[in-house]
Amino acid sequence: MLKKLAISAVAALTLSAGGAIAAGSEGHIHDVDFSFEGPFGKFDQMQLQRGLQVYTEVCSACHGLKFVPIRTLADEGGPALPEDQVRAYAAQMDIYDPELEDDRPRTPADHFPFSGDPNAPDLSLMAKARAGFHGPQGSGINQFFKGIGGPEYITAILTGYTGEEKESAGTTFYENTAFPGGWISMPPPLYGEDVEYADGHSSDLHHEAEDVAAFLMWTAEPKMMARQHAGFVAVLFLSVLSVLMYLTNKRLWAPIKKKAKEA
Amino acid sequence: MSGIPHDHYEPKSGPEKWLHRRLPIVGLLYDTLMIPTPKNLNWWWIWGIVLAFCLVMQIVTGIVLVMHYTPHVDMAFASVEHIMRDVNGGFMLRYLHANGASLFFLAVYIHIFRGLFYGSYKAPREITWIVGMIIFLLMMATGFMGYVLPWGQMSFWGATVITGLFGAIPFIGESIQTWLLGGPAVDNATLNRFFSLHYLLPFVIAAMVIVHIWAFHTTGNNNPTGVDVRKGSKEEAEKDTLPFWPYFVIKDVFALAVILVVFFAIVGFMPNFLGHPDNYIEANPLATPAHIVPEWYFLPFYAILRAFTSDVWVVMFASWITGGIIDAKFFGVLAMFGAIIVMVLVPWLDTSRVRSGRFRPQFKWWFYLLIVDFVVLMWAGAMPAEPPYSTISLIGATYWFAYFLVILPLLGVIEKPTAAPASIEEDFNAHYGKPAE
Repeated sequence: MLKKLAISAVAALTLSAGGAIAAGSEGHIHDVDFSFEGPFGKFDQMQLQRGLQVYTEVCSACHGLKFVPIRTLADEGGPALPEDQVRAYAAQMDIYDPELEDDRPRTPADHFPFSGDPNAPDLSLMAKARAGFHGPQGSGINQFFKGIGGPEYITAILTGYTGEEKESAGTTFYENTAFPGGWISMPPPLYGEDVEYADGHSSDLHHEAEDVAAFLMWTAEPKMMARQHAGFVAVLFLSVLSVLMYLTNKRLWAPIKKKAKEA
Repeated sequence: MSGIPHDHYEPKSGPEKWLHRRLPIVGLLYDTLMIPTPKNLNWWWIWGIVLAFCLVMQIVTGIVLVMHYTPHVDMAFASVEHIMRDVNGGFMLRYLHANGASLFFLAVYIHIFRGLFYGSYKAPREITWIVGMIIFLLMMATGFMGYVLPWGQMSFWGATVITGLFGAIPFIGESIQTWLLGGPAVDNATLNRFFSLHYLLPFVIAAMVIVHIWAFHTTGNNNPTGVDVRKGSKEEAEKDTLPFWPYFVIKDVFALAVILVVFFAIVGFMPNFLGHPDNYIEANPLATPAHIVPEWYFLPFYAILRAFTSDVWVVMFASWITGGIIDAKFFGVLAMFGAIIVMVLVPWLDTSRVRSGRFRPQFKWWFYLLIVDFVVLMWAGAMPAEPPYSTISLIGATYWFAYFLVILPLLGVIEKPTAAPASIEEDFNAHYGKPAE
C-alpha cells in the first residue's frame, strides 16, 4: 500500500510540477540566504526596520507603496515599530483630504503614498511580482527548493549595475546584469553608504540591497509569519489525524483481510 | 437504487414509519451510504472523495471571499489586497481558494486517467463518464473565470487570449466574442459577468456531481479488474462487495487526510509556487506581458491549441479545402476542443471488450505513453511558442489524437487480452491471501 501511495505522490508531484513559469532572456540572479525563507523562516525585525529606512531615504523619492497601510509598521511579524514612532513616521507625509479640500499630514490609518514618478512602478507587491528562478528548462521546479526568488531579483537589480550607460530615443538606459534584456531605465539608486543605520549595521551596497529587498518582501506578504504558523499547526493536526485514520482503517479491514487469507 | 442486491432501510419506530411514508429521505441517504462497493478497489479510487471535498472547500472559502471582494476594474485588485492584509484570516482564505483550484484539477486529472486505465467509461457506465466530462468542462470554465477576478496582468491577458479563441470562429466569431465580453474588449462588463458566472457554475457542478453519483450508483462502481459484481443473489453479491460505510468512507478519509497534509504544507509554506508572479501586477490594458501563460492545469490543452501553426500540413490542407475559412487560429481552437471531445467519445472509440488495462498487455504501454504525453504537453504549454517547443507540442498533440482515434479502436481488434479473474472475490483473496512463494 505504501508503494501505491508513493506512486500516487510521485504522480501528484509530476503533475503539479507543471506549475511552470515561462523563461525569457533572463538576467543573472544569485540566491540569497534570507532569514524568512523556508517553512521555519522568520522576518528579521531589525532588517525590516533598516529596509524601511533605505526605502524612506532613497526609493520613496520615486516609488510608492500604495497597498500598504502605515499602521502595519507596528504589526507583530513585521518591523514592529512602537506606536508613537509609526504616528511620527506617518505625519512626515502629506495627503490630500477631499473633506478638508486641503492637504493634511498622514495618520497611521492612511496608506503609504502612490509612486511620485509615473514611470516608477509601485513597490507594494514587487517581491511577489517577479520570479528570480525559472529552471530547469523553464519548469520552475527549482523554486521548490530556492523559493520563487522575488527578493533575490530585487537584490540582484540593485547590485547589478555595471556603470555603462546608453542613450536610446531620448531616454538613458543603464546596463544591469540582472535585468531581462540587460538595460534598465532606472538610474542606479544605491551606491553603498547611502544611509546611516541606527543599529550600527554595515551599510555597504549589498547589505542595503538585501535589507530593502527583505522589507519589500514584508510589504508584499505582511502576514507571512502568521500564515506559516497556521500552516504548521494544520500540518501537525492533519498528520496526527492521518495516523489515527491509518490505524482505524487497518483495524476496520483486518477481519476482512484475515478472511481472505483463510479462503 | 443500485442494481446490486443489498439490504434496504426499514423504518422501525412510529415516527420513522410516519416520515418514511411521506418522504423516504432517510432511506435514500441509507441506500446511498450503504451502497455495495467492490471490495478490491485500490488507492486510485480515493480521488472522488478528494474532489467532493475540493468542491465544498471552494464553495465555502469562495462565499466568504465574496463578502470582501469588489468586482470592479478600479477596485478588484485593491480589494484582493484588502483581503490579504486587513480581513481576519483573509490571506488563508484566499490561498486556500487559489491552491484549492490546483488540488481540484490535480484530483480530477488523476480521477480521469484512473477511469481511462481501468475502462470505467465502458458500458454500462457511459453516462457516468459523459456527466464527468461535463463536470470537467464546467470546472475549466469556472477555474478560468475565477483566475480573471483578481484582475492582475495574467487575469486580464489570459481573458483576452481565451475569449479571443471564440473570435477565431469564422463569420460569427467576432459577434460571439463581443457578446461574451460585453463589449469590444475585456473590461468592467467582462469582469462583472465572469464574477457572476464564477459564483453560479460551482452550484451547477454540485448538481452534476449528484447526477454523476446517481449514475454510478445505478450501475455500481467499476473496480481494478473490470469484472462485474455477481448479482445473482444477495449472498453472492456480498462476497464481492462491502458497504461503502464504514469500509470505504474510513479508507477515503485516511487518504484525504494524507493529501491535506501536503496541501496545507503548500498553502502554509509556498502558496504562490503554483501561481504566476505577473498576477501580482495590476491589470494594464496598455502593457502586454512577455509571455501569457495560463494556469498549470490548462497547459496541456493550451499546448494543443498552439501546436497547429499555419506551416503544419493538416492545417494547410484544411485551409485549402475550405477555401481559407479554417485558418491556423481556428484550427487550433478546433484541436483544443477536439482534444476534449475525443475523451467524451472514448466509450465508443475503445473497441476492446475487456475493461481493465490490467489485462490488456499492449494497451498498458500506450496508456503509460499517454500519461507521459500529457506531462510533456503541460511543460510545452508553458514554453514560448517557438522551435523546438512548437514541434514538441505538435508531436504531443498528434499522439493525443492518435491514442483516442487510432490506437484505441485498433487495439480492441489486434490485442490478445490476458485472463481476468472469475470474480472480484477471487481477485481480493489472491491479493490478500497467502503469498505466492
